[in-house]
Amino acid sequence: MSFNIVVLAKQVPDTRNVGKDAMKADGTVNRAALSAIYNPEDLNALEQALRLKSTIEGAQVHVLTMGPARAAEIIRESMYRGADGGYLLSGREFAGSDTLATSYALAAAIRKINKVDIIICGRQAIDGDTAQVGPQIAEKLGLPQITYAEEILDFSKREITVKRRLERGVEVVKGALPMVITVNGSAANCRPRHAKLTLKYKNAKTVSERQASSTDYTDLYETHPYLNILEWGASDIEHEPQWLGLSGSPTKVKQIESVVFTAKESKRLTPADGEIEELIKELIANHTIG
Amino acid sequence: MNNIFVYLEIEDGIVADVSLELLTKGRTLADKQQCKLEAVAAGYQLDKIGEQVFPYGVDTLYLADDKRLSPYTTLPHTSILVNLFKEEKPQIALMGATSIGRDLGPRVSSALFSGLTADCTALEIGTYEDKKAGKVYDDLLYQIRPAFGGNIVATIVNPDCRPQMATVREGVMKKEIRNAKHVGKTVKLDVSNYVSDTDFVIEVIERHMEKSKVNLKAAPIIVAGGYGMGSAENFKMLYDLAAVLGGEVGASRAAVDSGMAEHERQIGQTGTTVRPKLYIACGISGQIQHIAGMQDSSMIIAINSDPDAPINTIADYVITGTVEDVIPKMIKYYKKNSK
Ligand SMILES: Cc1cc2nc3c(=O)[nH]c(=O)nc-3n(C[C@H](O)[C@H](O)[C@H](O)COP(=O)(O)OP(=O)(O)OC[C@H]3O[C@@H](n4cnc5c(N)ncnc54)[C@H](O)[C@@H]3O)c2cc1C
Ligand SMILES: Nc1ncnc2c1ncn2[C@@H]1O[C@H](COP(=O)(O)O)[C@@H](O)[C@H]1O
Repeated sequence: MSFNIVVLAKQVPDTRNVGKDAMKADGTVNRAALSAIYNPEDLNALEQALRLKSTIEGAQVHVLTMGPARAAEIIRESMYRGADGGYLLSGREFAGSDTLATSYALAAAIRKINKVDIIICGRQAIDGDTAQVGPQIAEKLGLPQITYAEEILDFSKREITVKRRLERGVEVVKGALPMVITVNGSAANCRPRHAKLTLKYKNAKTVSERQASSTDYTDLYETHPYLNILEWGASDIEHEPQWLGLSGSPTKVKQIESVVFTAKESKRLTPADGEIEELIKELIANHTIG
Repeated sequence: MNNIFVYLEIEDGIVADVSLELLTKGRTLADKQQCKLEAVAAGYQLDKIGEQVFPYGVDTLYLADDKRLSPYTTLPHTSILVNLFKEEKPQIALMGATSIGRDLGPRVSSALFSGLTADCTALEIGTYEDKKAGKVYDDLLYQIRPAFGGNIVATIVNPDCRPQMATVREGVMKKEIRNAKHVGKTVKLDVSNYVSDTDFVIEVIERHMEKSKVNLKAAPIIVAGGYGMGSAENFKMLYDLAAVLGGEVGASRAAVDSGMAEHERQIGQTGTTVRPKLYIACGISGQIQHIAGMQDSSMIIAINSDPDAPINTIADYVITGTVEDVIPKMIKYYKKNSK
């Protein structure tokens, strides 16, 4: 039985470690100063996929990512951890995509991959924190969704039981495949890179990466087909041009401001007993406390 | 037609605070746009919803009352909103940035091909000029939200697609009764016209919802601790201080991440937004993401050993010293001077 799992993973700027030089003087983001990482919750998603793979005979995990050429790194990283391969969706037609245009393109790519049994995404990407792409893809593909998944409790006969972690509680839900699942950061961490797999896949490349590199390994890629990371452009997926990129993005950024807080006139105190007591008396007198 | 819609989140027959906050905001926006404020509830046994929401100025309440609609599952609620919005063509649709709103919102936006902005911190009405197309749009919804880990604030608009959709976290907007006696119109939807049987493919087997123990939003005084508290042991001082002052204990993310406080106490961009009468920040450096959740406090006291901690710039009182030294003194002198 073949069973196809697609993981959606995105390469994101590491907004958690924003240093002083991350913002340019004009208030825009200096992307060059931020390292590009595997979106954290997409690693949780990958782990759930790998766990499913280990319980279902003949299951395969492929990672789909949309981004610039260097986003192929996400696919390699996934292969080091146990994925079977992946697809990079790349091209200037996709530039300026908001979540809706992103989900339109990714949904089209999933249709092209064909016969996908389950699509597993991260809950949200840290560059925008929107958590929209998963559900939007599900809608476009006409599939049900389970968001905030923390653990796949059971899988049998194409029915899946999932524990969801919500703000104020937990829920256990069940549904039939195919469907879209988005995985929470509270789910199990992704297994580390596997040394053997890292060796096996370190030369896995997309066509553009091979063209950009100085050495020609044509032979290698002919004899080792698993080293070819599939790269698709807009022309490879079935689409209406107006729904891609900027024109397919209903949301527009009107304005961006860097955050500055207006400094208040503050009173400075030392921890001396007298000063603390004065402060407390003042707060009681003006009914802030008491 | 062309009105403002709020999706009502309901748990145990009670409309969630976040929905009431959105109704309050929606009412203000509707006044500005001179349109109606409409609310939609999907669930079971919804007879008591009207009395809860009409005081917030709801003109029309749509009820989709059906046993199968409770508890919430994605597809049937999506179908109700999508079909209702196709009929009613709202200009704006708002929902909570909660586990439900963030599950439902993107689904609806994808079906209607309309833009959605998650986690807005402010909503305003204004104009937008598309210079490339040479077009000016009046009366658009400005969806204002932090982006890039809170380092920038972006204003997003949806010029061409309707509804303009946004989600907002609980506690970000204020809730305010408009007119306690107001009663609007109730429209009962024939649910079978809106959902199909295939929408019920996900089955909820088990559900444990907890009422939050901590109520940061309602607390008039918040004593918040950061990484500078040093240890869970030291963090206990904050409970003592909060207890004598009659306040609640909050925390920065660094304090939560290091296990000194529970997650539900986190204040900031990815936690709760608070605006108490008094906010005492203890050992908190005051990073943008934290400040975003407490800057509207009426009075801020910062206790920090670093005289240049960023929190000091927004504090009314800056005490430069260690928490170990200052907090016990505050407790001592409060006990001495109160009553
Ligand atoms: C996307 C994103 C979302 C985030 N969301 C949030 C959020 O919602 N809420 C939030 O709080 N953070 C959030 N953060 C994290 C935020 O950037 C900061 O890392 C965090 O607020 C720092 O917490 P802190 O001030 O407690 O710790 P630190 O920055 O480590 O500051 C500790 C402070 O304690 C002082 N100190 C040390 N010892 C003592 C002592 N003995 N007595 C007195 N003072 C002492 C130090 O001088 C220092 O100022 C978010 C970050 C990102 C990227
Ligand atoms: N460009 C992309 N390529 C692949 N997956 C993506 C992309 N953008 C978003 N996703 C997936 O959708 C999830 C939610 O993203 P977001 O809506 O941007 O918060 C992510 O965790 C990914 O799993």
